[in-house]
Amino acid sequence: MEMPKANQMIIDAKPSIVAGLAQLLPKDAVLHYLNDTRPYECDALAAYACQPLAVVLPRTTEQVAAVLRFCHAHAIPVVPRGAGTSLAGGSLPTADSVVLSVARMVDVLETDYPNRFIRVQTGRTNVSVTAAVEDEGFFYAPDPSSQLACAIAGNIAMNSGGAHCLKYGVTTNNLLGVTLVQMDGTIIQIGGAYMDSGGLDLLGLICGSEGQLGIVTEATLRILPKPEGARPVLIGFDANEVAGACVSDIIKAGILPVAIEFMDRPCIVATEDFAKAGYPDCEALLIVEVEGSDNEIDLQLALIKEIAMRHNPVAFRESKSAEESQKIWLGRKSAFGAMGNIADYMCLDGTIPVSALPLVLRRIGELSQHYGLGVANVFHAGDGNMHPLILYNANKPGDLELCEAFGNDILRLCVEVGGCLTGEHGVGVEKRDLMTVQFAPADLEAQLNVKDVFDPKWLLNAAKVFPLDVSASRRATSV
Amino acid sequence: MRPQNEAELAQILVEAQLPVEIIGGGTRAIGDVVAGATPLYTDGFAGIELYEPGALTLVAGAGSLLSDINDQLAVEKQRLPFEAPDYAAVLGREGRSTLGGVVACNAAGPRRVQAGACRDSMIGVRFVDGAGTIVKNGGRVMKNVTGLDLVKLMAGSHGTLGVLTQVAFKLLPVPEASRTLFFDGQDPATAVSLMAAALGSPYEVTAASFRPQSGTVLRVEGFDAAVKYRASALAKHLKFYGQAQISENSLSVWADIRDLKPFVGQTGDLWRVSVKPSDAAGILAKAAPLDYMLDWGGGLLWLLLPENTDLRLLLGTFEGHATLFRGKGGGAPSFQPQSPAIITLTQGLRAKFDPKAILNKGRMG
Repeated sequence: MEMPKANQMIIDAKPSIVAGLAQLLPKDAVLHYLNDTRPYECDALAAYACQPLAVVLPRTTEQVAAVLRFCHAHAIPVVPRGAGTSLAGGSLPTADSVVLSVARMVDVLETDYPNRFIRVQTGRTNVSVTAAVEDEGFFYAPDPSSQLACAIAGNIAMNSGGAHCLKYGVTTNNLLGVTLVQMDGTIIQIGGAYMDSGGLDLLGLICGSEGQLGIVTEATLRILPKPEGARPVLIGFDANEVAGACVSDIIKAGILPVAIEFMDRPCIVATEDFAKAGYPDCEALLIVEVEGSDNEIDLQLALIKEIAMRHNPVAFRESKSAEESQKIWLGRKSAFGAMGNIADYMCLDGTIPVSALPLVLRRIGELSQHYGLGVANVFHAGDGNMHPLILYNANKPGDLELCEAFGNDILRLCVEVGGCLTGEHGVGVEKRDLMTVQFAPADLEAQLNVKDVFDPKWLLNAAKVFPLDVSASRRATSV
Repeated sequence: MRPQNEAELAQILVEAQLPVEIIGGGTRAIGDVVAGATPLYTDGFAGIELYEPGALTLVAGAGSLLSDINDQLAVEKQRLPFEAPDYAAVLGREGRSTLGGVVACNAAGPRRVQAGACRDSMIGVRFVDGAGTIVKNGGRVMKNVTGLDLVKLMAGSHGTLGVLTQVAFKLLPVPEASRTLFFDGQDPATAVSLMAAALGSPYEVTAASFRPQSGTVLRVEGFDAAVKYRASALAKHLKFYGQAQISENSLSVWADIRDLKPFVGQTGDLWRVSVKPSDAAGILAKAAPLDYMLDWGGGLLWLLLPENTDLRLLLGTFEGHATLFRGKGGGAPSFQPQSPAIITLTQGLRAKFDPKAILNKGRMG
């Protein structure tokens, strides 16, 4: 993975840039000593790191606007950052960039239960949005696995999903409005506590734009009433194909579970060693969760059982209590930790049509043999969003490159069967160079054109999303 | 002009120098396109390309008839989630709605409160922009964050950015049963508060609408035993607002609300206003409409005003947007005027996607 060559003139101007930023922000909000900026050199894609020129930590929209106006005037690249949990390198800095972190913008600005929304500053963590409204019986639906740490700003930038989006949708379906600061410092309100747009759907465009169109400082989010209850079942199968067919049958039967999670044998074995959740010894297992009153849950689980039995499961465990539910989820929720206990891993995020599942799993197995690297599959089966975890040894020379090549082959396969490179993590730098696999030049050009409109100088997170050679002529205008 | 494939359409738009008006079914367009624009019909792009019931996904030509698609999905007991309305009758138009028209207007019926609008179910588009370039975005899978989301941008762009050729949706199963709850005799503020209490309950209300003549109606959908339970639990939860009548068979009630039946044949301008539900009563007081209906729990107001009335003059500044849906509106622009910064962005996008300014010129300001 390559990053563009840093602009030496900007690096040389660091003292005056830092002095300029210091005039715009409180004293403690500009970091420029190496020891202070080190935590910002990478995000959760820790394989890549680069010290930024400086880091700013504004507290208000006006401060964000002041910083961007300054950077715009001096053509300094800006890398926006939420909580730094991106698995795609979405907030990886360049040496000539100012990292703008919204981590200190954590206030709840308004909660409105009759109209079912909350307005927050976007540095607030995902889980603390729900925490702010749950006493009144509400929750914020998108629930990425990193929800304890990840910020709403990053959720909006990547259009994050989560285990429960089969029923509730992803971030874009739960976002009503934003305050956006453009690279030139212009502050815009898009949408609000009402539905749909009176003009073009700019909100839909902003969501998932990976910090390339502007910095979202405030967000109006839809909140939903909590269901009366929820309970999962665990179903074990002796073949991946059978598990896949069962998923399809559940969906066709008109049941809409809140989550359908899938784990394959390597993942089951690893999590069993790690978390001892008591999972059955089988090739594939599904965790299917449904919601409603006790009676409704019983009814749906009975239907699911009937469907599952047609596929001769090797195990069927229905939760009857909160404790049993927790036990069923334990292994799934420990899966990433369990894999991390065995080796270094890279987590992929391609999405495939559910019908292609058996083929894709078989091909991943063959590729695993070919590359000599282990892989475990855990994913959201209801919507085809896969998370293959490729195991490698970061200390072994060449292993990371091998792992990346394997990962790229899997993502190419996802596209080949009709899917996409990323379902919820975003492109960042990680999948940037594969964009031409999924998009024709004209498709990419249309997206580049949109960035031209919002950020004509290509200063905001410009080395992300688009292959460097594709964006080269545009980025050159900023130097 | 009536292209039969993307290549023909692209050729037309490469060569076009004068405005074209994109016409799907001609049933739901809002606002005028400049006079003399050449009609461009999309019926060459009809038919289902891919339908996978087990994956809840549909890919179809943008010129496909909405009714054909609905029929096909019904065979597998599935549907488009957002309850696409048919506005032909209320707008006094002859044609039959197409998928592309539904998308171009980002249409949505009463289920908007639970399942979102058209844009929320859309997962992919193919279109030809004003320069004749064929562009695809999104795809056929439910979760996709690869690159910028032009799918949402195309939804509700009223044909100003490109001619849609293909659209992809995620679907939902048709529930086994539904129940409708009727509450009599509220003023609009009380009705909004009733609907807020319903939509804030855990009973999964999929629609909440109010008419002064018929009161508040709520809907729950799902498996029969479940909706039976939820309807009665909901009635109990809302007993403060009076005794609910529960009906098992009221599909036509919702079809009428969806298609704006109460306003068919009524004289007057029809405005569509989107606001925070608790602002609805205040909007009604200022607008003093001849007739009205609230949908989306009060978040959507349909206001019938005397012919040639500019509603925006009556409302002054408000948080939300008002669209002139039918009538002359006293010469008011059909679409809500935007803030200067948003106008700049909108014009920038239109210039990129339609550099010759020929696509539905005049629409959306």
